[in-house]
Amino acid sequence: MSGADFQALAVHLTLGVAVVVLMLTVSFRRSHGVAAGVTLVALVAALAAIGVAAPVAPRTVTPLLVVDGFGLYFAALFLLATLVLVLLSYRYLQDGQDDPEEYYLLVLAATLGATTLAGASHFASLLLGLEIMSIALYVLVAYPRAGHSPLEGALKYLVLSAAASTTILFGMALIYAATGTLDFSSLRVPADAQPFLVAGLAMVLSGVAFKLSLVPFHMWTPDVYQGAPAPVAGYLGTVAKGAVFAVLLRYLVDTGALADPTVLRVLTLLAVLSMLVGNLLALRQQHLKRVLAYSAIAHFGYLLIPLIALGRVDPTLAVEASLVYLGAYFAMTVGAFGVVTVLSGRQIDGDADALDAYQGLFWRRPALAVVFTVVLLSLAGIPLTVGFIGKFYLFAAGVSAANWLLLAALVAGSGIGLYYYLRIVFTMTRSEAEGATGAATPWLPGQWALGAVGLVVLLFGVYPTPLIDTVRQLIGGWSG
Amino acid sequence: MTALGLIVLLLAGSLLAWAAARLGPAWPQRVSLGVLALATLWLFALWQTGPDADGAYAVFERPWIARFGISVILVIDGLSLLLVALTLALGAVAVVSSWTEVSERHGFFQFNLMLTLAGVVGVFTALDLFLFFVFWEVMLVPMYLLIAIWGHERRAYAAMKFFLFTQISGLLLLVAIIALVLLHQRAGGELSFDYRLLLDGPAVLPAWLMIGFLAAFLTKLPSVPVHSWLPDAHTQAPTAGSVILAGIMLKTGAYGLIRFVVPLFPDAAEAVRQPVMLLGAVSVVYGGYLAFAQEDFKRLVAYSSISHMGFVLLGVFAWNQLAVQGAVVQMVAHGFSTAALFMMAGALQERLHTRELSRMGGLWQRAPRMGAVALFFVVASLGMPGLGNFVGEFMVLLGAFQVDVGLTVLAALGLVVAAAYALLLMQRSFQGADTADAQPLADFGPRELTVMGLLMVALVGLGVYPQPLLDLSGPVVSGLRAVSGAGP
Repeated sequence: MSGADFQALAVHLTLGVAVVVLMLTVSFRRSHGVAAGVTLVALVAALAAIGVAAPVAPRTVTPLLVVDGFGLYFAALFLLATLVLVLLSYRYLQDGQDDPEEYYLLVLAATLGATTLAGASHFASLLLGLEIMSIALYVLVAYPRAGHSPLEGALKYLVLSAAASTTILFGMALIYAATGTLDFSSLRVPADAQPFLVAGLAMVLSGVAFKLSLVPFHMWTPDVYQGAPAPVAGYLGTVAKGAVFAVLLRYLVDTGALADPTVLRVLTLLAVLSMLVGNLLALRQQHLKRVLAYSAIAHFGYLLIPLIALGRVDPTLAVEASLVYLGAYFAMTVGAFGVVTVLSGRQIDGDADALDAYQGLFWRRPALAVVFTVVLLSLAGIPLTVGFIGKFYLFAAGVSAANWLLLAALVAGSGIGLYYYLRIVFTMTRSEAEGATGAATPWLPGQWALGAVGLVVLLFGVYPTPLIDTVRQLIGGWSG
Repeated sequence: MTALGLIVLLLAGSLLAWAAARLGPAWPQRVSLGVLALATLWLFALWQTGPDADGAYAVFERPWIARFGISVILVIDGLSLLLVALTLALGAVAVVSSWTEVSERHGFFQFNLMLTLAGVVGVFTALDLFLFFVFWEVMLVPMYLLIAIWGHERRAYAAMKFFLFTQISGLLLLVAIIALVLLHQRAGGELSFDYRLLLDGPAVLPAWLMIGFLAAFLTKLPSVPVHSWLPDAHTQAPTAGSVILAGIMLKTGAYGLIRFVVPLFPDAAEAVRQPVMLLGAVSVVYGGYLAFAQEDFKRLVAYSSISHMGFVLLGVFAWNQLAVQGAVVQMVAHGFSTAALFMMAGALQERLHTRELSRMGGLWQRAPRMGAVALFFVVASLGMPGLGNFVGEFMVLLGAFQVDVGLTVLAALGLVVAAAYALLLMQRSFQGADTADAQPLADFGPRELTVMGLLMVALVGLGVYPQPLLDLSGPVVSGLRAVSGAGP
């Protein structure tokens, strides 16, 4: 490996070193503040490392990893989302009866796994990244909390997610048996696909669909989201899914698997089902985290639209649409779970999950309610929020691919989605319930970060050109 | 600059009104009223300076999202000027009508009110389809909050229904807009959402594209099969919300039909002319018929709106100068008369704590000034010659007669129905036997009388001498008709 290779790996190396440093720090001196501080410094350093890696991109480092604009964009998203969630977690974990230090260690490890996935161009690195991330998440979902037991969700996640990982692994083995290679770019599907290859592809896709919680592989999502601590649920919804989506996108572009009409049909089916079922099931939920879980299912259904369009239109538009939408989705989801986290106060008090807890929030904590409203309207795709820009891209991709079935599902799904997002807004505007608690807390760094997220959602909604230009610049040349 | 300035002024006004709540409960209203007065003066000055060679009073153009050829294009031409003026005037009426009704959170109320007005002004002036859509959707959110927070008993249901109807039809509009732009690009044009470019682009547009536009605008108007959101939203909204909804927001649908649907899709519009005119005629009669059966003062007025907007639909799709001009007059006149009737309903509810007609009756004795005012607007609503509504309806019928005699006759029946429900409304509320529990009733004070008086003057002026208004909208309408090849 040359110096340029190490330079290209700057982000991964920074995170890897940070994990080790934090582990040593924790073993010598337990302190919540120090652990959180080291994590923040590591995340900021990793963000800066993107600037170091960018000049040498695109570069293939070993057959396993590619460092290119696409991967770096995802890495930036993951790091920013993690940064906000860590800032929010600090107060959330305070005064718990358990040691909060390992929490940060696991978050850093999971983020390392996610950035690896974003650069994976080989099945080996796919599995490596996926497992680093998933194993850290198993623990995070069950992160020790006094009283309330999150074990049901955690166990469900552990068993099902591990099953999905093994399915992917088995699929890889079959693909390898059929083609003799694990490298994406040499995996172009031949016209007369052998049964092994088809079976392998199906297994990989279903494993990925599970990780993205696409219908009908979605059953675990609401329970796990509800059981997991609020910031971890936010992490699951953003980084964990975004990383898998990144690798799926790269796989589909590199292997050209979309040329196969069966793959296209399967993905279309998954997309339509996710959009409709996700939104429909969200309608009657009384718990906010469950609503957000179902809404995430629907949003990944939406995200499949540009993916499917990839085969039919200018691939730049499709990839660009995916990246812009995912960027928007990250901001909104982090914002939504951030509000839940802030309102929950400390973890030992239990999460503010019931919809009733939000009654009168507008009059009790106006700033928080305004941020939440902006984020919810963005999730619903109302103009002047970044969510609308994302949705506009989806429509543009869908229309240019002339995929009317998907567009119809998108319109129907968005219409249904509006109902439950507005219901939350309406709950917040109602007069305060008797004996409602939750006096305003001072604005801590986490809340400032949340405010910044709200601002980003608005600013990129009003003037998205910087976001669009960045994305176009980063993917230039790759997807052609 | 002025075109953008007006919107910015209203946006600034909304923030200022919210902030003014710190000074005291009366201040947000004062700020709103002041900002609206300022905007009206500005618009008046604009009108006085006259249009440029293209007939535009103010133009603002800046690139926005270069990636998709989206720009901020705001143009105030005669038609826009007229409708913006209506917006500002009825906005002021809405502010005054909420003076005593809104008892809490004045600042936030005025914030939403002004935000809605800013959105509507944007809809009336935007000539970039993307920007138009943005305004089209954005005006819904504050309106939703107005209904959801300050509405009556079933406000959650009504607000949700209102939002869902408009939003889903709006998404169809978005699909149609994007498809239109992409088709235009594929036919060799540049990628642009500029309405003026799309207008004289290659005419290869498939007819189904129009459906998206039509769905959004017919829902907003509303026309008969998609009207069911209106009675709920209008009835449950606070008075100011009803005034804005009926007075201004419905007109955005009509405006969209005139500005976008027929000029962009002349052939498709020609093809659906008869069915759509039939919808208009049916709306006239059916809306009136349902109004006749209502027990709720506000609901009755709401259904009468459906009937009146049916004339607009009829006029627009007849698409001759007379009918379209008539539709514009009808839009303005209906704005004034309905705003007044909703204000009356609000005033009655504030005093009697009911909207039920069965619990009213004989109110004239107790509040003669209210009675006289109500009589005036009821008569205006039923289309009495000499008042604005008559001019509008008469012109529409005259224009439509040249196109389709049968449908015109059907729509004309609506005038008979209108007389029935309007007089019934008057009879059951202000005349007849006094209700048993006759409490003394506070009559209109100077504040209400001033507003009502101004509205009366406007309607009489419109009815006796509508020429200035026709002069304003005339060139725009003939221009649009020329673009569409004078079809359908």
